[in-house]
Amino acid sequence: MSAKKNSSQISKLETGITGFDFVAGGGLPKGRTTLLAGTAGSAKTVFAAEFIAQGIMKAKENGVFITFEESPADICRNMKSLGWDMKGWVDEGKLAFVDASADIGNQPVTAGDWDFGALVARIEHAVNKVNAKRVTMDSLGAIFTQFDDGARVRHELFRVASALKSMDVTSILTAERIHEYGEIARFGVEEFVADNVIILRNALEHEKRRRTLEILKFRGCSHQKGEYPFTILPGTGVVVIPLSAMELQQKSSNIRITSGNVELDKMCGGGFFRDSIILVSGATGNGKTLMATEFIAGGAKNGERCLLLAFEESREQLMRNATGWGFDYEQMEKEGKLKFACEYPETAGLEDHLIKIRSEIEIFKPNRLVVDSLSALERVSSIKGFREFVIGLTSFIKHGEVAGLFTATTPSLMGGTSITETHISTITDSIILLRYVEMYGEMRRGLTVLKMRGSMHDKDIREYTIDGTGMHIGKPFRDITGIISGNPTRIQQGELGRIDELFAEDTREAVTKEAE
Amino acid sequence: MENNISLKLYVTGHTPNSERAVANMKSICENELEGRYELIIIDVLERPQLAEDEKILATPTLIKALPPPLARVIGDLSDIEKVLVGLNMEPIQKSEKKGGSGK
Repeated sequence: MSAKKNSSQISKLETGITGFDFVAGGGLPKGRTTLLAGTAGSAKTVFAAEFIAQGIMKAKENGVFITFEESPADICRNMKSLGWDMKGWVDEGKLAFVDASADIGNQPVTAGDWDFGALVARIEHAVNKVNAKRVTMDSLGAIFTQFDDGARVRHELFRVASALKSMDVTSILTAERIHEYGEIARFGVEEFVADNVIILRNALEHEKRRRTLEILKFRGCSHQKGEYPFTILPGTGVVVIPLSAMELQQKSSNIRITSGNVELDKMCGGGFFRDSIILVSGATGNGKTLMATEFIAGGAKNGERCLLLAFEESREQLMRNATGWGFDYEQMEKEGKLKFACEYPETAGLEDHLIKIRSEIEIFKPNRLVVDSLSALERVSSIKGFREFVIGLTSFIKHGEVAGLFTATTPSLMGGTSITETHISTITDSIILLRYVEMYGEMRRGLTVLKMRGSMHDKDIREYTIDGTGMHIGKPFRDITGIISGNPTRIQQGELGRIDELFAEDTREAVTKEAE
Repeated sequence: MENNISLKLYVTGHTPNSERAVANMKSICENELEGRYELIIIDVLERPQLAEDEKILATPTLIKALPPPLARVIGDLSDIEKVLVGLNMEPIQKSEKKGGSGK
């Protein structure tokens, strides 16, 4: 049975769990035992079961599931919802259960010395029966409750672990933890499987649960460090999101696309770049959704496909709004150029939203993506989670050469920045500010292109109006200062003249030169 | 009192624990059960499926299948009192010494 390898390089076994193999640098160390530790409800069993399931489905590697906690029937039933027909696999001889779950009300009496010889024999028997390459043992903590003598159990588990090593199988052992951040596992079980440790967390942050996976150590192998968010999707299983491990390698193009507004295109030096991320920031009712609508209409007019992710308004509301500005969403949708995805942000965690958005993008393959609004998503997550979400989304859409327009709502009516902006402004390529300007007891609107990566742009703050045909950008505010800071003040004409004299040339020309 | 006590003893090959359990079992049968028993010794290394069916984890394990209730005792059966208590058999009329046995 013994198949010890003498090669110095430890090879990895591709688990097939989405995203995990990337984080793990190729998979689990082959032929070794990995401890999977986590608190209650941290998806240990799902992860361990998926390791077996993916082996059978993707790698044609059979598996053995040793259960100390739930009965095999319960496991089969629970995993069915994830799309894994474990019962069927047992019948086909691809999976074998070793049922070591406790019999309630049948606690054995201990009379003398004992060992886990029978368990080892059963595991060996099961491994041989289905010719298993993968073994899962769930969970170690449960076995301590079946026997009184903890020290003996620990010693015997050590035997089981070393038996597994000699069987030439790659195995996952799950163990409970009490605290999200503390000792590795209860009962000191990490002592005998200390080579490889993965920790699953299910931390509560700002009233939201956030699942993360951390590879604590892979002895002798490389892996990504730190916590990676993950989620569990019905029909798919565990999906690890390798955010900070993503490569910053997206191509960038010089191809310009229209913003859907002729004047805005001019201000941006000929339109947005095809694979850029544009952030539109403004107070409520300031025309952000309108700008997004024009962006979509401009794309649809050129035969591009647009995906609209709305987190604040329903499809019907959006259609009514668009009609009010003279755009026909219904026609665009009919032609297959527009797709809506409307949802309340609260319906899922950000990780789930990200995965859903990704699959929408993969199915619809849009040229343009609009998120209205990003601020709505922010309220369902912690700051870190939100930032990771935005990085995950932007890097994904940039790889697909999709232009993204995100809207962000500022908390105050006049000026100021939103938290959304401060967290993602460095990730975006262009930022457009929409601001209210109070003049002579009247609310007017001002727009400026704050940033346009890789291009010169108009630095004026221009007035714009909104009517039944959309947004109309007019002349710059000439004698007003302090618009962006939310404190508009009128400057005397004479003073303005003096400022102009200070700089010999026309300000607009000066701006152009500066950009060059 | 029933005349038939059905006992199954699961062992793993010839490990010291197994050998001791078999010897202890035989002496318990002779001294305490006075021929009213039926004993089957099962080596789980040879017949692992039987261990699977009975969900045997630890060896040696003694199962009393009949008369009901089903009872299990694990260990090398060196503590005779505990074996009898565990099997719900007529306990020997002695004070119950419960030291650190079960090691």
